[in-house]
Amino acid sequence: MEMLVASAVGVLTAGGVYLMLRLRAFPVILGLALLSYAVNVFLFSSGRLAVGLPPVLNKYAETAYSDPLPQALVLTAIVISFGMTAVLVMIALGSFLESAEDEVNIDPNRPEVDEDEDAPQATGAP
Amino acid sequence: MNHWIIAPVILPALLAPVIAWVMRFDIVLARTMSLAGTVAVVAISLGLFAGAADGGVEVYKLGNWEPPFGISLVLDRLSAMMLLLTAVLALLVLMHVIATGWDRRGQHFHALFQFQLMGICGAFLTGDAFNLFVFFEVLLIASYGLMLHGGGRMRLKAGLQYVVMNLAGSTLFLFALGTLYATTGTLNIADLGIRVREIAVEDAALVRVAAMLLMIVFAIKAAIFPVQFWLPGTYSNAPAPVAALFAIMTKVGAYAILRVYTVGFGPDVAATGEMPGVWLFWGGLVTTAVGAIGVLGARRLMLLLSFAVVGSMGTLMLAVSAFTPESALAAMYYLLHSTFAAAALFLIADLVVTRRPGGDVLRPYPPIVQNGLFAALFFAAAIGMAGMPPLSGFLGKLLVLDTVRDMPYAMWAWGVILVGSLLTIVGFVRAGSSLFWKPTALPVPEGDGMPTADAHGPVGALALTPAVAALGMLVLLAAFANPVSGYLEATAAQLFSPDAYLATIADPATGKGE
Repeated sequence: MEMLVASAVGVLTAGGVYLMLRLRAFPVILGLALLSYAVNVFLFSSGRLAVGLPPVLNKYAETAYSDPLPQALVLTAIVISFGMTAVLVMIALGSFLESAEDEVNIDPNRPEVDEDEDAPQATGAP
Repeated sequence: MNHWIIAPVILPALLAPVIAWVMRFDIVLARTMSLAGTVAVVAISLGLFAGAADGGVEVYKLGNWEPPFGISLVLDRLSAMMLLLTAVLALLVLMHVIATGWDRRGQHFHALFQFQLMGICGAFLTGDAFNLFVFFEVLLIASYGLMLHGGGRMRLKAGLQYVVMNLAGSTLFLFALGTLYATTGTLNIADLGIRVREIAVEDAALVRVAAMLLMIVFAIKAAIFPVQFWLPGTYSNAPAPVAALFAIMTKVGAYAILRVYTVGFGPDVAATGEMPGVWLFWGGLVTTAVGAIGVLGARRLMLLLSFAVVGSMGTLMLAVSAFTPESALAAMYYLLHSTFAAAALFLIADLVVTRRPGGDVLRPYPPIVQNGLFAALFFAAAIGMAGMPPLSGFLGKLLVLDTVRDMPYAMWAWGVILVGSLLTIVGFVRAGSSLFWKPTALPVPEGDGMPTADAHGPVGALALTPAVAALGMLVLLAAFANPVSGYLEATAAQLFSPDAYLATIADPATGKGE
């Protein structure tokens, strides 16, 4: 089972990173979703993998138990990544509607800096 | 238990939804409440600051669960100082936003602002690594809204990049926390500090991986090379007052590094040793250089200021990377200084840019109203940022240079900081001359006088106050450098003898805290 979980985390992460590097809004969103799946599975395994064990201590018997804390962490992580993905989709949509392109890339020196047509020196000189 | 400790988190958290739902159509009411809430946070932070000044470490146990099991907030000198810094900065930014009417350009500014305040205060107070992640997310999701405030094509595109970058960072944070929990079995920072000190060097491979993953996450927040590239695009396209507030966001990363790599993976921890410091040193070195070159190369004012922030974070990290009490003192002084210097610059830039016909393009346009006043303000703030006397930037850089002197490769740090400062000065001089000086030689176009972008008249005293106050903080930091460094010295000492902090978790033998 360790092999299965480890390779699942690995494949999901690899797919997520690949999609993120496409630098287009939709693949990037899918990539981030894959990454958050990967990290959720990873968080589960951080409390050691166990099957069919109760998630609580038993004070009457020395039985094994599965660690409940990672499950709480995963729940928090799922909620947060779900909300964040929703926000991201809305921002990506807004950005696409405003600029009619879906590239996740910007040139900090805006192109309009290079356009000389609005340079004031040429206009007002006596 | 001192219940005031949680007040800086609870108060904005309660205020924000009320503003969003009840006051969304009444800007005057929203402004009043938002301002009142922020003033209250300043007052509470002052109280906590005074309370923490005696050197104690106070724990707030949520739900009264003992710390390793429940979530705890911890107030020590460093947290109290960062809280006060956040509150004062937030108040200045909020006053500026109200005076200039930025909050009318989009919806829900004040609600988002309060959520942002909640997240930042929470991140400074929490004593739990996973809770730190949650507060990071709170402050990030509010910052997404604030960054996009006002809209526009470039802002949305830059916002998308910012969100993607931070979501990837959050995923990395979760991977780091998972690894940390798997190896140490705890996420409470104090408990973590105890556990990692018990781990032998031979078994420490995974702990080292977790420590470095966490370092990358905090480096993303603090904009340290090689993960600094998101900052210029974000800050230069955010509304300028929001960029001024974001001056504290990079410091959240710096605070997290200071906290986790002293209490948790301190230099005395065998498992990690000096490794965090070494990586941080070279990262900080390159960041300083990148910032200086960026300042020199920027063709827009906002971009220039963003690169100045990058450069200041690099210098800050060079000081942090030594991980000694003296270096922590220098780092914290420079942190206080660079926060207010960046805020002052962004606030002044906002006043200037909204009045120029050419926006923030660094090219001479006919002079704006009150050209001389803005030039003087920009001159003073640039002196502060570049680190020239008499403002606190000079003292800060002097402290940093002095503290890295004993490090290996100290000459590299000296060279980069000094040459970087020179480049920054040249960049600011060039910007100032094309913004304020060259325009005086240009003919004023025909018409009713001053050509302005959107009919902004002369700046009123109210709009000027926050920027001047931020500059005033630099003057105060320089004038009262001795008392400030006295407080910081005690803070650094507390940070590097973490016994009091580690004692906040329950003793396993008795089950009782402290």
